[in-house]
Amino acid sequence: MISPQNTEDGRVSAGARGPASDRAPAGAAVYLDHAATTPMRPEAIAAMTEELGQAGNPSSLHHLGRRARRVVEESREQIAEAYGARPSEVVFTSGGTEADNLAVKGLYWARRAASPQRRTVLIAAAEHHAVLDSAAWLASHEDAKVNWLPVDSEGIVCPDVLRAAIEPDPGAIALISVMWANNEVGTVQPVAELAEVAREYEIPFHSDAVQAAGQLPVSLAGSGATALTVTGHKIGGPVGAGALLLARGADPVPVLHGGGQERDVRSGTLDTPAIRGFATAVEVSVMRRDEEAKRLAALRDELIAQVIAAVPDAVLNGPPPGPARLPGNAHFSFPGCEGDALLLLLDAKGIACSTGSACTAGVAQPSHVLLAMGADEARARGSLRFSFGHDSVPQDTDAVGAVIREVVERARRATAR
Amino acid sequence: MRVLAAMSGGVDSAVAAARAAEAGHEVTGVHLALSANPRSYRTGARGCCTLEDARDARRAADVIGIPFYVWDMASRFHEDVVQDFVDEYARGHTPNPCLRCNEKIKFSAVLDRALALGFDAVCTGHYARLGESGPAATLRRAADPAKDQSYVLAVLTGDQLGRAMFPLGGTGKDEVRREAARRGLLVAEKPDSHDVCFIADGDTRRFLRGKLGDAPGEIVDEDGTPLGRHDGSYGFTVGQRRGLRIGRPAPDGRPRYVLDIEPVTRTVTVGPAESLDVTVIEADRPVWTGCPPPAVPVRADVQLRAHGEAHPATVTPPPAAAGRGPLTITLDAPARGVAPGQAAVLYDGDLVLGSATIMTAHRLAAAPA
Repeated sequence: MISPQNTEDGRVSAGARGPASDRAPAGAAVYLDHAATTPMRPEAIAAMTEELGQAGNPSSLHHLGRRARRVVEESREQIAEAYGARPSEVVFTSGGTEADNLAVKGLYWARRAASPQRRTVLIAAAEHHAVLDSAAWLASHEDAKVNWLPVDSEGIVCPDVLRAAIEPDPGAIALISVMWANNEVGTVQPVAELAEVAREYEIPFHSDAVQAAGQLPVSLAGSGATALTVTGHKIGGPVGAGALLLARGADPVPVLHGGGQERDVRSGTLDTPAIRGFATAVEVSVMRRDEEAKRLAALRDELIAQVIAAVPDAVLNGPPPGPARLPGNAHFSFPGCEGDALLLLLDAKGIACSTGSACTAGVAQPSHVLLAMGADEARARGSLRFSFGHDSVPQDTDAVGAVIREVVERARRATAR
Repeated sequence: MRVLAAMSGGVDSAVAAARAAEAGHEVTGVHLALSANPRSYRTGARGCCTLEDARDARRAADVIGIPFYVWDMASRFHEDVVQDFVDEYARGHTPNPCLRCNEKIKFSAVLDRALALGFDAVCTGHYARLGESGPAATLRRAADPAKDQSYVLAVLTGDQLGRAMFPLGGTGKDEVRREAARRGLLVAEKPDSHDVCFIADGDTRRFLRGKLGDAPGEIVDEDGTPLGRHDGSYGFTVGQRRGLRIGRPAPDGRPRYVLDIEPVTRTVTVGPAESLDVTVIEADRPVWTGCPPPAVPVRADVQLRAHGEAHPATVTPPPAAAGRGPLTITLDAPARGVAPGQAAVLYDGDLVLGSATIMTAHRLAAAPA
């Protein structure tokens, strides 16, 4: 078994066992891409690796099955407790994308089956592709009508905008989906207010809370949402385990059919070790959440200060630091640069970050999030996301501050003339 | 040196990158995405720039142990290669898109970006040798004549060659495949790419029809006698025999070939094989790398298409000399199937002296001025 290597300060050193191409060229790796995925927390690794040695399918009736089932149900209770849900409201999935698909497609099918005129889906324009493309698929294959909810220049969906989109024909709306916090620019939506508007019209409200879960007080009951997407690997858990928190009474049509293991809404053998690792990460991250949010915000603010000092014309995208911005997110546009050139140059200096947008064959497309916020294509192309997480330290911020001016100057020279 | 290795996903560029890394250079692999929608171009192992090829390139970089990125060159490729290809056919020429891609993409757009980002050279899997390095760089044929690709690189200037690295120039293809297998590169057995990478099904005529629509015209013999009609002059190449669809056979029953394509009236002239013989060629946009631009006529071996033979010739610079204006290439013996738009590459033995783009070809020597 390969065990991750813990450095003295408890950080899991990325790529310590990879070939040269995966290793940071010099010095310690600076990992500022936690919004993509976060190194697993030591507690989650310990819980999961212990579980990997166990046998038993949680659906089996014998003693080994019962043991595995106990682990799953204890995990479910931990997650429910952490996220303001009842245990029966936790539907395990393979991760955020599956949970988003289940929420958007499943709720659409269920609502349409109950009342055929409900074919309109209200989706915020800056959603993650798991929501965006699920809705687009419903439009192209299931006769849905998708109305994109506009966001303002900071990426926020105003409750009045949602109300205005509902009012012309509330009976035609199948569901609403607005993410809790944006994965690219870190915008935090007024989820409780939006859910309240949806509740007035008795329309199911889904929110992808994948990015918010480790840093903000995410709660199913507290938000009033019908369904929330959460996942393990953004909070120090394993990739491949997530959940749809699904309020009682909401019964989406399944996307995956089979044994009906999860409330008859989701089928597939439950991944006991990953679920245990996920639950451990949830418990630890929620326990430390408030102090961690403060710590990440301080790192983020210092990074913003250093970047703007080094590159005065850099633009911070998304809301200013404060309650409307995810504590661990800093997202910039560097005028005259291309994001992928910046990424290559920083990577060569051992700094891992992201252009923050979806890729096709590794080709960065201009971010639909920035375009929805009114940015032009050049600004969208020249963007870079730094995201902090549980193992981030002040040296990470300083490492960026030390090289960003030189990197931006070089990237400017490389911009296609 | 900091070297950017262009990695297509094929065996040649993978081994070239591996050799550059083994030689001690700091190598970074880059796959060029040439289509905004990768599925729209050729899929499978037959061509370039598909998602599968991007994956193959990435895996090769992993095995070699070098960083790897994908660069989006789709809009440049579309403008400078695909659109140029269509425009050239529309004007009755026969373009070579691989040559154009080397000239405009790999050793221009990619090289410029690489230099700006701090790289010193661009490495590719082409089979060609470099003579000198630096600003006096020269280009030579590959050691393996069957794989030689100097023809599609001869359009590069000395500056471009000075930043190029062709680690495979001294090696044969079989050896490269064996070396790939030895290095654990999974692309060792991947078939060679052929034809035009951006024409998914290999049907150039249909591709051009989609871009250019119907462009009907007459097919005439050398006396101007109409023999039939065609629905697009871009479907023809000088020297082509098949697909003329002329109902009536020639009076003497011998096969007929395309002799000339006149783009304005879209008239395609056909005739017997011997009418394809040309002796005098005018070629424009000369590039000299193997010798200074000559002021007086020089002797050279001229290659007139990819994988074509070399023809002994006398190359006469324009009166004003200094390398500007068209060259006149007079062949010692007639050559067949010389198509405007192709490159005339001038060799002295293995050494590329220079190249120019064929504009016109004549059967007989022009009258002395």
